[in-house]
Formats: sequence, C-alpha cells, structure tokens
Amino acid sequence: MEYGLVSAAYISASVLFILSLGGLSNQEKAKRAVWFGIAGMAISVVFTIFSGNSGNFWLLLPMIIIGSVIGYYVAKKVEMTEMPQLVAALHSFVGLAAVFIGINAQLELALIENFSGNLEELSGFSKKLASKNATEISIMAVEIFLGIFIGAVTFTGSVVAFGKLSGKIDGKVFKLPGGHGLNLAALICSLGLGVLYFNGSGIWTLILLSLLAGFIGWHLIMGIGGADMPVVVSMLNSYSGWAAAAIGFTLGNDLLIVTGALVGSSGAILSYIMCKAMNRHFVSVILGGFGSQPITESEIEGEQVAIDADGVASLLNDADEIIIVPGYGMAVAQAQQAVSELTRRLRSKSKTIRFGIHPVAGRLPGHMNVLLAEAKVPYDIVLEMDEINDDFPTTDVVIVIGSNDIVNPAAQEDPNSPIAGMPVLEVWKAKHVIVSKRGQGTGYSGIQNPLFYKENTRMFYGDAKNSLNSLLSKIE
Amino acid sequence: MKIAAPKELDQGESRIAVTPQSAKFLINLGHEVIIQSGAGNGSRFSDSDYKMSGCRLVKSSTNIWKEADVIVKVNPPTDTEQKKLRKGQILIGFIWPGQNKTLLESLKKKGVTTIAMDMVPRISRAQKMDALSSMSNIAGYRAVIEATNNFDRFFTGQITAAGKVPPAKVLVIGAGVAGLAAIGTSVSLGAIVRAFDVRPEVGEQIESMGAEFLMLDFDEGTDGSETGGYAAPSSPEFREKQLQCFSEQAPEIDIVITTALIPGRDAPKLWLKDFVNNMRPGSVVVDLAAEKGGNCDLTVPGEKVITDNDVTIIGYTDFPSRMASQASSLYANNIRHMLDDLTPGNDGKMNVDMNDDVIRGSTVTHNGKLTFPPPPPKVQAIAKQAPKIETKTPEEIKIEEREIFRKNTIQQTILLSIGAILMFVIGHYAPSDFMQHMIVFALACFVGFQVIWNVSHALHTPLMAVTNAISGIIIIGAVLQMASESWFAIFLASISVLISTINIVGGFMVTRRMLAMFQKS
Repeated sequence: MEYGLVSAAYISASVLFILSLGGLSNQEKAKRAVWFGIAGMAISVVFTIFSGNSGNFWLLLPMIIIGSVIGYYVAKKVEMTEMPQLVAALHSFVGLAAVFIGINAQLELALIENFSGNLEELSGFSKKLASKNATEISIMAVEIFLGIFIGAVTFTGSVVAFGKLSGKIDGKVFKLPGGHGLNLAALICSLGLGVLYFNGSGIWTLILLSLLAGFIGWHLIMGIGGADMPVVVSMLNSYSGWAAAAIGFTLGNDLLIVTGALVGSSGAILSYIMCKAMNRHFVSVILGGFGSQPITESEIEGEQVAIDADGVASLLNDADEIIIVPGYGMAVAQAQQAVSELTRRLRSKSKTIRFGIHPVAGRLPGHMNVLLAEAKVPYDIVLEMDEINDDFPTTDVVIVIGSNDIVNPAAQEDPNSPIAGMPVLEVWKAKHVIVSKRGQGTGYSGIQNPLFYKENTRMFYGDAKNSLNSLLSKIE
Repeated sequence: MKIAAPKELDQGESRIAVTPQSAKFLINLGHEVIIQSGAGNGSRFSDSDYKMSGCRLVKSSTNIWKEADVIVKVNPPTDTEQKKLRKGQILIGFIWPGQNKTLLESLKKKGVTTIAMDMVPRISRAQKMDALSSMSNIAGYRAVIEATNNFDRFFTGQITAAGKVPPAKVLVIGAGVAGLAAIGTSVSLGAIVRAFDVRPEVGEQIESMGAEFLMLDFDEGTDGSETGGYAAPSSPEFREKQLQCFSEQAPEIDIVITTALIPGRDAPKLWLKDFVNNMRPGSVVVDLAAEKGGNCDLTVPGEKVITDNDVTIIGYTDFPSRMASQASSLYANNIRHMLDDLTPGNDGKMNVDMNDDVIRGSTVTHNGKLTFPPPPPKVQAIAKQAPKIETKTPEEIKIEEREIFRKNTIQQTILLSIGAILMFVIGHYAPSDFMQHMIVFALACFVGFQVIWNVSHALHTPLMAVTNAISGIIIIGAVLQMASESWFAIFLASISVLISTINIVGGFMVTRRMLAMFQKS
C-alpha cells in the first residue's frame, strides 16, 4: 500500500480519536463518541497490517482473534464494581507491550548493524532503521530507553494497583526500608544503565533497565494508600499514554505519537483534578499516603448515636428534600441497586431526591456515577459537589452511604487535621444526617470523623446493602 | 435494685420521676420499680397504668422510703424526707447543691449517694439526661402560653374587614434552651420576635428560630465555651449598654420573656422598674428567672402581679409543673437514661463509676464524702469559637485579583520561555525528522489538554476506559515489528499484539457497557 494512503488513514484515525474524547462532554454524545474511537482504531490497525511493512500474518491474525475473544469475554463478565481493577489491569498490558516493543527495536538495531546483505531487500521497520544516520540512531536510543522505562513502571505499577483495588494486596501503605531513597537509587542506576546503553553496551542493559524500572513501579505504588487510588489509576493511565508516545518516536510513527500524547495528557489532567479535589499536591500523593505523618488532630467529644431502620424510615417519610451521598462503602457492599430502589420509591412519593458526588468518591474518577448509572439512577439527579454544596442547609435528610473522608467536617474546622483544606460535602448543615456504616471504625485514611458525633447525625450501622434492604421493607 | 418514686411533697408539684413508659425500660434493666400509690395522679398517670407496666404500688410513704435502694425524685428532699433516708441509698433528683449547702451537709452525714440531675455536665454524650434542658424547653413554651393568656390582643398581625390588627412584639432576654423555646413558640404564633443574649455566638441560633438578634456592638472577648455554654457575669460597661438597649425597646414591646440566669448566682436584674413604667398598658412580662429572684425589678416569685400602669408581671416558679404530664414524661426519660448509664451490665446492679465524666459530675455526695463541686470535665462542652474571618472590601479583592492575574501571567511567560529554549536546544542537535515528530507531539498534547477539560465529571470513568482502549494503539508498533528477521523479536511482537488487542477490545466494550447505562429520568 502506498505511503500516502497509510498517512491518510492515520490522519483520519487521529481525528476520530480526538472526536471520541471530545464527545465525552455529555452523556448522550458520549454514546456516539465511542463509535468514533472504535472506527479510528479499526482504520489504523487494518491500514497498518496492509501497509506492506508488516508480515507473518499466519501468527498476527490468530493473535488478534484470540486477544479479541479474551477482551470481549473479560468486558462482558466484569461487574461494574470491579471496574477500577479492570482498568488498572488493562493499563499493565500497555506498559508490558511498550517494554517488548522497545526491546524489539534494539534487537532490530543490532540485527541491522550486523547485516551484510542488500539493504534494498529489507522491509518494514528494518528498512527505516537501515536508513538512519548516527545522530538519528542515538536519538532513537534515548527514545527506546524512555519507552522501556515508562512502560515497565506502568506495568508493575498497574499490577500493584490492580492487586490493591481487587483486595488481593493489602491496601495499606507499604515501603521497604529506605523508602523513597530506594526509588531514587533505582532511578540513578537506571540512568547509569541508560548511559551504558547509549555507548553500545548491548541488550542486557535494557533488560536490567526494565527490571529496575519494574521495581520502581512496584515500590512506588505499594507506598500509596488505598484512598489515593483514584489519583494512582489516572496517573498510570497517563503513563501508558506517554509510553505509547515514546514508542511512537522510536518507530517514527505519528499516529502512535498523537494517540499517546492524547492519552497522556488526559491522564495528567485527571490526576490534577483528583489531587485538587483532595487539596493535596501531586507530589505528596506520589510520595506516600496518609498515616505517614504524625496525627495531631483535635480530640472529638460526644458519642455516636445509633438509629434503626424504623427511625430512618420515619425520618425519610417526614422529609421533602433528601440528598444521598454515596462513597466507596456503597461499592463494596454492592448496594447501588438498593439505593436505586430507595430512590425510586421516595420519588414516587413526590419527594425531591438528589445525589451529591465528591470528585474522589470511590476508587476511580467518576466511580460513583458509573455505579449509580448501572443501577438505573437517572443521571440528571446526580450532581457534583460544587453544584449541590450550597443546598445542604435547606435539606431535610442527608443519607451518607459508606463515605467518610469526603464528608469530614474536620477538613474545614480543624487546621491540624491531615485533610485540612480538602473540599468536602457539607452534609452536616442539613437538618438530619443518617450515616450508613459498617462499624465505628475510621475510614480508609484512618482519620476520626467529627460528623459522626454531631447532634444531628444518626448512625445506621450495618452492611450498606442489608441496612438499605431492611429500610426498603419499611417504606412502601 | 429497687427503684422507688415517692409522691412529691412540695406544694403545687405535680410531676413524678417515673412514668409507666419509663418504668418498662427500668424493669428491662433488671430493676424492680416501686411507686407510691397516687403519686402519678398529678401527671395523669393512674395507679393501674403503673401496675400494667409491671410496677409495684405501695401505699405508705414510710414503707417506700424504707424499702427502696434508689429513690428517684423531682425536687430536693424536704426535711421530713431527709429523715427517712438511710446509709447506702442512692438519691436521684434536682438537688441545686450550689444553693442548698445544709441539705448537702445532711445528705453527706446520712451516707447517701446523691446524684443531682441539675449537675449533669453539658457534653454531647450526656444530653439524653440533661433534665435542665428538657424542663427549660417546657418552661419556655409555657411562658409564651401564659403570656398569651394574659395578653388581650392577637399575636399575629391581621388585616380584616373590621380593621387592621398589628402583630405583637415579643422580646426574649436570654437565649438558652428556655429562651429559644419561647422564641420558637412566639414566632409560630405569628409575633414579631426580638431576642437578646450576652453570648454573641448564639446569634445564629436565635436567627435560626426566626427571631431578630439584638446585637450589642461591644467586644468583650468572652467565649461561651469557657463556661460550659452558660452565660458569665458581664462587666459594668457592658451592662450599661445592655440596659440602654432594653430601655429603647421597652415602649414598643408588648411581651417580655426573661430567662437570664448565671449558674450559682442570683438572677441579674435586667428589666428595671423604669422599663416597666414605659411599657404600654396591657403588656405582659413573664419572668422565668423568678425562682432566683427574677430578672425584673417588680417580679414577685410565684405570683402574678399587675402594676399601676396595667402591665402584668408573671413570676410563676412552676412552669414545668403546669404541664405535668409532658414534663414528667421528659424528666422520666432523663432519669431512665441516667439509670441506664448507672447500670452498665443491664443486670439490675448499680455502679456509681466515679471515673465516668457524666456520673462524676452529677454525683454530689458519695460514701459519706462531699464530692461537690466536681472537677472540670475532661472534654469541653462546646467547641471553641472559630476565629473571625476578616471580610475584605471590594477594592482589596480587586487588587488581589489583579495580583493573582499578574502572577499567573509571569508564571506562564516563564514556562513558555523555558519550553521555547528547551525546544531550541533540542532543535539544534536533533535531526529534522525528529523535530517533525516533535511538532506532532506538542500539538497533540495541547489538543488533549483542551479536549479533556470539557469532559463532564460524571464521565471520568468512561473517559479512563476509552483512553485506556485508545492507548492500545501501541498495537501498531507491534504489528510493524512482526516483519522482523529475528524469531525472538517476532515472538515478543506477537505477545504485544495479543495483549494490546485484549486492551483495545476490552476497553471499548466496557466503555460501551458503561455509557449504555446512563439514562435520563
């Protein structure tokens, strides 16, 4: 196939990808936007395969078919509550692929250097390599180095994030003795290896580099607490994009560069939004979660007053304005269906029900929106923190389901609190607050929550799903 | 343990410390409940009601005092009652230890453990036993009812065919529990309500009840949290200002309800004789502090008096008892919660735990020793006031905004210059081919930034899934490498193709699934 035709295909694919991301500005357009993405991907893969620079179709096609079947199966089977770990797992694939492609590029390079035959007979990537001069090859070495390094960090980091999100690895902060010093040492060693590699030390430097970078990814993410996972996932998303872009430079492929840059900047912005929502600096999230600093928050007086399903039911029956604030606890208990049913029943009694969503509720940006959507809660009553925060004083009842830090008044009242200054949902301003919670323990960040001790707060103990189901039987 | 509620001896006292309802809870705690027959009549609880709840009725007061392990009462014991007490008994009720030194002495001598309901510390945990608050609440309500009863005009303003009726103006002095209850009741009757309190921090509460807060412009620097949420005596200068404010109000106010009390002192005189003289005929003053001498100069405790200029001054001291049924059921609930805390095992065994803040605070005599006054509680009753936030003038805000804008401009210029210099350095060394890719890369980054900012917050998860799928574009790299000469390279490339395909298909499928779920109501 002609070079011009392939380029045209790549241009249209780039445009389609941009449209696909841009379409996510609203729910209805988004449904169309995914098709743009799918079309862009199909065009780029098909044209690349038939560009004449590929080969070994007998192996390539089965791989694509097997991959499609696995991807289809996984995506069909996964529960909506398992979405964060699925996304993390998929990121790891991109990282691993980037490492392999980087190593391959070096293999090809070595092959070309020892090639004695006719350069005209070469095809595809090798042909491109053969035409490169010395400066270009050294620039390419930098690109390979970056691609492998970012790819390996993404790979192990995503595997750890997957483990933490799915509960296979303890979500607590874990660091080897030496902490971030160890990461720094590994980084310096990696740079050293890079210098060796640039001077032509061969493929072993790259393999060692992937191991070291893999260690950094593993150790970095192990050191971040579960509550910071939304930032971590979007950060890894960003990395996978930069890895693709670096590989694009290596292969001189503009489509890879464009797409990688789109994904990379998207992940970076998401991380920035998440950090802002927690009033934390990106660096401090990466350098370790809560609990590492000594806690000198003020003591809380008072006690948590419990309430039973009958009490909650009568409060709800008397209320006109109700706001539900879901959190990770709702996801864990898989209570979204019960929440949806409760919403449906209360709405049929012509009460105003809305949802207040904090940007970092859950373990993934927008996690709660997806869960509520799955349970068929109409999205126009699901509001963001900024949209709903002013309405709490006029609200009769707020139901907090499995969220903790995002409704913690200490963020505003206690300057010594580790979360001081973080924007929170001001639920305590409502007339009544019902907190559905498993027990009296603290949340993921281990911070006491004065909300639970407030006069207008009642604790509705128990697993969120069971609690809500027992409540449903009381509300007809 | 045997818990006994004898008939109250004080004249006009109709309340009782145990109701048939609360008795059931006490029995569940493992106690036996004894009621003197007829003791509940004043609160409309008959002997048969008590019997139904499982209480035992005893006729003679002598027997009931002799049998009981725990005596629950409303008022402090009278002299005759004190004689009937014996060592080891527990007495629970209003004691007023600050004012009743002799009573305290006699209880100590008797070896009685005395728990004063009026000494329950004002911390959140103890609110359920805060009998002062529940009684004040009733008193505040009743004060308004008594006032309306003696006031011969409407509270609410009306415009009728027969003429216009102006709304009554009510002034509430002291916005404690009673004051707030009085505000709420007056507002719901339709009156215009103003309220005053020496603690500026209660202004918000007053306004939340629908009254206007009469704010004195005076910086005393007192913080209600230091006195456990009660008012502290004020300085002479402050008092002067306060009285001046009241004297301005007096001619236009129809109803005055005073509730100002300072713990352990006589009630401050706030509504002077002059003010009463300036009030219009037919006005009413209700003095809830009458028992402590009254806030009004002309108050006669326990009486209703009418002044020469036809102002009614109500100095009743038995407001809660005038609503005995309601008062008893609230008080009995306070008592029940206290006994609940005193019976930690729910096994009918009492434990006066002097390490517990609430129990320690309310116990005034124990084991023949005086335990009053208690040490300050370990936790503060209410949080310290937040420091005042300085409000900024529009000019200051403008200047600040300009400053921020300037800073941002400088920051952006510096960043852009650094970026440009970096590009020049790279451009100097790198081949042109690389620079072409760099242009594509830089532009794609900018497009990405612009596009992603518009993504709605609710769609962040689909965004992650879709970018994840798109990042599978790395498959192109692997596809291109499939043509390699090296078998190992082909092997690695094919694995890459496999996993990127999983990524692409999985990512798009999941995104579609998610988006299909979003629906409008």
